[in-house]
Amino acid sequence: MDTEFIVKYIPLYVEATKLTLGIGLVGIVLSVVAGLLIVWIQYFRLPVFKQLAAVYIELSRNTPLLVQLFFLYFGLPKAGIRISSQGCAMIGLCFLGGSYMAEAFRSGIESVERGQEESALALGLKKSQVVRYIILPQAISVSVPALCANMIFLLKETSVFSVVALADLMYVAKDLIGLYYKTDEALLMLVIAYLMILLPISVLAAALERRLRYAGFGN
Amino acid sequence: MAQQPVLLEVKNIVKNYGEGNVLDGVSLELRKGEVKVVIGPSGCGKSTLLRCINGLEKIQAGQILLTGNVLTEGKTDWSKVRQKIGMVFQSYDLFPHMSVLDNITLGPVKVQGREKKEVVLEAEKLLGRVGLLDKKDAYPRQLSGGQKQRVAIVRALILKPEILLFDEVTAALDPEMVREVLDVILELADDGYTMLIVTHEMQFARAVADQVVFLDGGRIVESDAPEQFFTQPKAERARRFLNTFVYEKGGEKA
Repeated sequence: MDTEFIVKYIPLYVEATKLTLGIGLVGIVLSVVAGLLIVWIQYFRLPVFKQLAAVYIELSRNTPLLVQLFFLYFGLPKAGIRISSQGCAMIGLCFLGGSYMAEAFRSGIESVERGQEESALALGLKKSQVVRYIILPQAISVSVPALCANMIFLLKETSVFSVVALADLMYVAKDLIGLYYKTDEALLMLVIAYLMILLPISVLAAALERRLRYAGFGN
Repeated sequence: MAQQPVLLEVKNIVKNYGEGNVLDGVSLELRKGEVKVVIGPSGCGKSTLLRCINGLEKIQAGQILLTGNVLTEGKTDWSKVRQKIGMVFQSYDLFPHMSVLDNITLGPVKVQGREKKEVVLEAEKLLGRVGLLDKKDAYPRQLSGGQKQRVAIVRALILKPEILLFDEVTAALDPEMVREVLDVILELADDGYTMLIVTHEMQFARAVADQVVFLDGGRIVESDAPEQFFTQPKAERARRFLNTFVYEKGGEKA
């Protein structure tokens, strides 16, 4: 193991980690927003949008991120739409994650008893208020484990970003291997970098789940 | 009673869920301060009637009027209407993620735009009346069924409704808890609240009602003063129904 090599290239990994984490987090936030939008459409059964959402979910869940990125990065330019590598990565992650987040929210919403909506309506709340004050707060706490799992899943999916020419962690590792044949060192640093990103999130997610379980407010 | 104005008019309403009519031409009037109790076998449409009045179910024919305004035609602001027609459900349906106080103040603050401080004071007063002031910071899961139902009643009351609908509010309760809830409703009757009550508690119905409405197969079969209804029911179906509440040693002797 060439420690000198490792030390020398740590800054490169730090940069790549920042990039991966940055795009990953933006993608996750966008996914959550997209997921909320989708469940909103489904909950209010908005015509046309509802069908579009169904098509989107199937498309998003049944195609690999790699293929989605290829489409964005190599396919769209043929139609005259050019998006930067970073943009493609964020949009791709959001496209993939939106459906997973939507499904996580949906399972939470379906866990809320029907009587909750009716008793809230009976108080004179408007339907959007019912969603905001009654349904979502309960649904989200049920959805948290699934949302956290999705978050970790999406961060791991960032490892395919290199195909759209982004200098993410995977890209840097492959680059170093190609340039110097330092396979062991490059891969070791890659594993460590991913663990440094994901372990804290896993631990936090577990803690959050425990907290929610103990604070469980079921009837 | 006759001189009081009519608050609620239900005119010949029909409701079906596809097969068969759940409500098949039901009409009734509720005057200010009047307490009507709706009884009948399960599946007779009692709950559906209340749910239609509150707009939770759409009707297929007929009209429902609140203080002369037709609710069932054109664009009705149900949010406004529901502030005037409070409803309490069998399964309490308190919001589990909110404290008792938040459950009660949500409506007045978010729907009626009232000042939170003032609403809290009123909520505390009402909670005191139903003997639950010490539970104001508790969460629903920490309450017994009877306590939850009393909170649900306060939650409906604080909107200052003109009419209160009670949908089998004691049906999910243990026998000892039924009393504490019914006592609250009896008090409301004494205070002059206008109420339409669906219940299976015959003794209570007799005590609280100005009039008893017997519903069967989606129709009103009999409508009478409670004394008359419980001692000399006119309709054969009502007699049979009331008989099911009579127990005698050695089985049925009717």
